[in-house]
Amino acid sequence: MLKALISHRTGFFSFLFLIILFLSALFGPYLYPVSPFEIHVQKILLPPSLEHPLGTDLLGRDVLARILYGARISLQVSFVAVGLSLVLGVSLGAIAGYYGGLVDQIICRIIDMFLCFPTIFLILAVIAYLEPSLTNIMIVIGLTSWMGVARLVRAEILSLKEREFVLSARLYGASSARIILRHLLPNAVAPILVSASLGMGHAILIESALSFLGIGVQPPTPSWGNMLIEGKETLEVAWWLSLFPGLAILLTVLALTLLSEALQDILNPKRK
Amino acid sequence: MFRFLIKRLAIMLLTLWGVLTISFGLIHLAPGDPLSPMTEFNPKITPEFRERLIKMYGLDKPLHERYLRWLKGVITLDFGVSFSIDQRPVWDKIKERLPITILINSLALVIILLISIPVGVYSAVHAGTLRDRLITIFTLLGYSMPSFWFALLLMMLFGVKLGLLPISGLHSSVGYEEMSFFEKILDWAKHLIMPLLVATFGGIAGIARYVRNSMVEVLESDFILFARAKGLPERKVLYRHALRNALLPLITILGLSLPGLIGGSVIFESIFGIPGVGQLMWQAVLSRDYPVILANLVLVSVLTLLGNFLADIGYALADPRIRTGGRT
Repeated sequence: MLKALISHRTGFFSFLFLIILFLSALFGPYLYPVSPFEIHVQKILLPPSLEHPLGTDLLGRDVLARILYGARISLQVSFVAVGLSLVLGVSLGAIAGYYGGLVDQIICRIIDMFLCFPTIFLILAVIAYLEPSLTNIMIVIGLTSWMGVARLVRAEILSLKEREFVLSARLYGASSARIILRHLLPNAVAPILVSASLGMGHAILIESALSFLGIGVQPPTPSWGNMLIEGKETLEVAWWLSLFPGLAILLTVLALTLLSEALQDILNPKRK
Repeated sequence: MFRFLIKRLAIMLLTLWGVLTISFGLIHLAPGDPLSPMTEFNPKITPEFRERLIKMYGLDKPLHERYLRWLKGVITLDFGVSFSIDQRPVWDKIKERLPITILINSLALVIILLISIPVGVYSAVHAGTLRDRLITIFTLLGYSMPSFWFALLLMMLFGVKLGLLPISGLHSSVGYEEMSFFEKILDWAKHLIMPLLVATFGGIAGIARYVRNSMVEVLESDFILFARAKGLPERKVLYRHALRNALLPLITILGLSLPGLIGGSVIFESIFGIPGVGQLMWQAVLSRDYPVILANLVLVSVLTLLGNFLADIGYALADPRIRTGGRT
């Protein structure tokens, strides 16, 4: 699959972009040793220059360093939230698809119920009862975004469970858990990856929107969303404060979307 | 059709009950009691007043009693009193804002359909060409665009740089009363352009992409080949045969995209200072006004549920295969 991805042009470039982003989030502080927190009163709102490639903010902090730090936050959110939603979605979907009957009916109804809540409203309501911390945000995004994966896994398992290889495994006395984990789920890995890639983009969008609304990651910790709060305040004098963090979000989510498109092309060669 | 309706209605009521129960669970299973954020740090609230509040919200009653009380409250639209200084009934606060949010979202939905369907069809008919690729790039951008950043860019361009459009509110605050009817309409329209752009951008991209893919699929099917072989004019093949079949599932997709659309209200209403339900939700979360938060959550979910129900009915009306069985 990796091979196919490399020969897929847009897929390759988005994958490359994401790898670079990941590495610079990880090693950024060593490659670009400027503090994202240090305040310099004499360097307030400097436009991009050689010394500060992306300019400085209202407190004279370096924007590039803050964007690199924000990449950590965004990647962390996307991994943890999607990880959680995969665990929930895959297990509920597998149970519903494999056992069918009443269990399936109940799980499907629960999925329908959760789909009725506009995600942002649900997340806002939960956050209001908890503290708006990074951990809580990741958990809440994960808890409210598992429904798509659950439906997908359920459909996949439903279509496979009557096939011969499953019946023969059952004849050999394999337990249900073994059949699900070893025989059925591996067939669903590809579509799960597609939806995970989309889900990561979605998680980044939600986290940044929450942070922008002041209900997400709290200053002074920089996140791409809360950096844009300052961008809004200085719209008339400092374009770089609005442009760069937003561009970071757009490019990252775009890369994830293109990656999921590429994966879909690879899995389903008929699709144009 | 009648049996189908009854069945759908039953499922909707069941889902409604689930939505209400999940919402109830949210407050009452959360750590700490719902009053603590309001009273803990407020020295003006004496223990006696706290007692009175607990009585008023029925927090001294056992869980099942509170649950029934809450269900009854929702049905009679009695969501209690806001925690904010004005202490108005929650329903009154929502009632005056609901029309604004519904108006903007309905307008957005109409605009999305008017633009995305022709764009999607155009892209499908020209599948594989440069024009199709350009449209695809646009739709993928729309998918990935953070709407609040898009709003900032619009404000920077049209509000600040060009000074063409007002950046906040629903209408001008100065001189609005003296305007004639048409001037008022024009004033509203000017204020709504940017919020509507933000509200529709993602939706247009998503639906156009959906229409394109669905149309491409239909155009490859046998009955289209047959229609062409019969010598029907291409226009008829496209609009009478292909489009109808490609658009059918769109009804369901629209129902499913409602939560996203309504959810977007929080973002563009907060940014553009539009006094709708989304802005109310945002303010309530910032000030931890729990009765308002909960009532908002319930109301938008019920709106979504209703939208889905209508989409289901619409689908059944449009496609007889659905209502005579096949699908559970």
